[in-house]
Amino acid sequence: MPAAALAATTAPGSAFGTSVERVLTPAGLEAWLVNAPSVPLLTVACSFRGGAAADPAGSEGLSRMVAGLLDEGAGELDSLAFRTELEDLAIRLHFSAERDALAGRLMTLNENRDRAFELLRMALAEPRFDAEPVERIRQQITSDLQRRRTDPNTVSGRVWFAHAFDGHAYGRPAQGTTEAIRGIEVADLEAYVEKRLARDNLVIGVAGDITAEELAPLLDRAFAHLPARADLPPLLPATPVTGATLVTPMTIPQSVVTFGLPGIARDDADYYAAYVANYIIGGGGFASRLLEEVREKRGLAYSVYSQLVNAELAPLWLGGVATRNDQVAQSIDVIRGELRRMAEGDIGETDLANARTYLTGSFPLRFTSNESVARMLVGMQVAELGIDYLERRNAFIEAVSLTDVARASARLFAAEPLFSVVGDPLGLDDATRLSPLVAANGNGGKG
Amino acid sequence: MGLNHRAGAGAPAGMFHPSTFTLDNGMQVVAIENHRAPVVSHWVWYRVGTADSPPGKSGLPHFLEHLMFKGTEAIAPGEFSKIVARHGGNDNAMTSSDFTAYFQNIAKDRLAMVMEMEADRMANLRLDPAHVLAERDVILEERSSRVDNQPGAMLHEQLDAAQFLNHPYRLPIIGWYHEIASYTREDALAFYDLWYAPNNAILVVAGDITLDELRPLAERTYGRVAPRPTPERQRLVEPPQLAERRIELAHERVEQPSLVRSYLAPSHATAANGRAHALEVLAELFGGGGTSRLYRAIVVDQALASGIGAYYRGTSLDQTAFRIYGSPRGEVDLDRLEQALDAEIGKLVADGVNEAEVERVKSRLIAESVYARDSLTTAVRVFGSALTTGSTIEDVEGWPASIAAVTKGQVEEAARELFDRGRSVTGRLTPARNGSRPAPDAAAADASTG
Repeated sequence: MPAAALAATTAPGSAFGTSVERVLTPAGLEAWLVNAPSVPLLTVACSFRGGAAADPAGSEGLSRMVAGLLDEGAGELDSLAFRTELEDLAIRLHFSAERDALAGRLMTLNENRDRAFELLRMALAEPRFDAEPVERIRQQITSDLQRRRTDPNTVSGRVWFAHAFDGHAYGRPAQGTTEAIRGIEVADLEAYVEKRLARDNLVIGVAGDITAEELAPLLDRAFAHLPARADLPPLLPATPVTGATLVTPMTIPQSVVTFGLPGIARDDADYYAAYVANYIIGGGGFASRLLEEVREKRGLAYSVYSQLVNAELAPLWLGGVATRNDQVAQSIDVIRGELRRMAEGDIGETDLANARTYLTGSFPLRFTSNESVARMLVGMQVAELGIDYLERRNAFIEAVSLTDVARASARLFAAEPLFSVVGDPLGLDDATRLSPLVAANGNGGKG
Repeated sequence: MGLNHRAGAGAPAGMFHPSTFTLDNGMQVVAIENHRAPVVSHWVWYRVGTADSPPGKSGLPHFLEHLMFKGTEAIAPGEFSKIVARHGGNDNAMTSSDFTAYFQNIAKDRLAMVMEMEADRMANLRLDPAHVLAERDVILEERSSRVDNQPGAMLHEQLDAAQFLNHPYRLPIIGWYHEIASYTREDALAFYDLWYAPNNAILVVAGDITLDELRPLAERTYGRVAPRPTPERQRLVEPPQLAERRIELAHERVEQPSLVRSYLAPSHATAANGRAHALEVLAELFGGGGTSRLYRAIVVDQALASGIGAYYRGTSLDQTAFRIYGSPRGEVDLDRLEQALDAEIGKLVADGVNEAEVERVKSRLIAESVYARDSLTTAVRVFGSALTTGSTIEDVEGWPASIAAVTKGQVEEAARELFDRGRSVTGRLTPARNGSRPAPDAAAADASTG
């Protein structure tokens, strides 16, 4: 019946017209703006380069603790007064620690935006770090770390990173360790704000109902007080270890598996070809080979996927699957076989055409909320993609040829992935079995 | 294929300005304009969910949801999502206790295509037995991921079962393991034939579209599906709760204990006189975020908990639950935390609330509802879940006004009626030493006896 559905596909959607403005403020700050006047509100996304990877050894979780405390009292407002004002004005202010950055997000209705930017300034310039919130947030983080010690998804990922990046900052737990969090003092938090929140490691993206002229002075209010230069430790690139299978024993009915390989850097000439290759193997949901082979044909798992991770110090290709203990060996075999097919160039014109129409046609779906657009504007600046990237992006995808995908696949999938299995898997005779306690403490790589 | 749990904070609605009409076959159509990008979010909601499972087949509606991707005469098995993807779209589906919903987010110029495909599988599902069995295995794995691997989810499942003795809200949305293992192709098709008809469905489209553009497309696609009588949703009625219930799950993988207190509560559909709106204000005032009464008293002032909060979601066809979750701080005993919680509840019921805090919470809820417009799908989800649980478009659009009308007296009355320990269930999740409880794969063992 649906004739249209079966017809050959052409690129969907009409030409995409979102334009990005560069906002330069009197104080010399830069932000990228998408003006979207449809709803009377706006979102500011900001990102300070550094993040968990820049936390000193022995202070794992420092970025996370700072992020948790920036909105817990600033200037003359203690924690309760600060949070009450945010809530009463329906202002959403939130900070989070990522692997490579400390990220902030501010959302406000137009009517309260002056005060919203002032509260953001206070959070960045004058955080109080009063004893009560410091101890409360410290305890919330250690409680969360404790809870996750037996969460198979967390442990699987943590063991993967600990082993893949043994001796590198990425091998240390980005979410922190109980010991390190207990040892963090107010002086450490204050030093963080002083040294790591600066103008030269900051990028800002704004989307919403505001013009460049209106935005510039507000940006200066919130950010111009920051020191010019951040004092960051050297952040050294790394390459993840490959070719091993690690098992962390846990008594659960279903094994949880993280697998991964070195990725291809965002500025590499093969990046878009790798992006297409990942779509074909595991990024495309029901259109992906892994889902087809593992779930649809064999019923081995509910979820199986992969993605390119643009980590600054080590581009990655990461995937995951969760399978009944007695079938996890079979799932891993199927995954290995599919990666081999990709590495050997078993990719057809149809695979490429399908990837192309999805990746280009779905791009406009990312422009339906201010929050998504503001985050994208930050990502574009971090990766130095250029202010006209949105107009050029689909052409990069269109330009990828079958030869390009085959070459990128050979680069990506030549090595055997590192598999981190948590559970009680049968088979997997050549796997390294870690002790449960060691793994739970985040030192799985030494097992 | 997601599950939409009943518990959890609902998005505030209002000011979406939808337009609507009903097709001749009884299918309601709702359009919400949002011209930000040349895309649409297209959803079909069926008024059927896990609470309508046949006896012994809990979760069958969720199984059918998965099987709806397994083909029709026109679309080969597994091709549905691939076709959508080839046209630059995302698709998925979800099941709750009260509804089953299917969606595609896609370029506006592909809307007619997905409407044609969705209307096709409303009437023409074809199921190959081999695909049915493989999908049953997928659902068993989904259950392991969502529940059996997660002690917190196991407690939640037991809590629902304890809260409802008779009403089918006692059933896990995904179904009990042994009942999933018993599903057949015939079960799924019989359920499909019984419930899937245009007159039991609602089309909601948000995005770069007007109702005038949508109407002819809807008439040409869904409008051609013949109506059929579908059952009334007459669920088993819950008897009055006469005794407080307490459950405790001691599990070796629990490192941090936690507490949940659940009270039976009316929903928007079952409550009279704005009671559900008063409960929404109460939940926010008592346990919504970092300045709520519970957080200030128990987390900040008394330092007994690392976190605490209250949830009430009124979009439920039958009576629902008002829940409070907390986890103790450090070595604080669960009993101590529970006493502190009961003391706060006692204070609220005895002393009431003050005018200023009620006004503050109401203004915040209404202001926050503007954020719901900064999204393509929030409005669809608000209308879909409301219209499948007995509310109307007017109820949703009038939500800010209804919240504004809630009085201090109504909040106090709602609290007095709600907080009756005799109508509560208390759930506790605690650590256990190895071997002190059945092995976690006991669920798998049950399957062989089912």
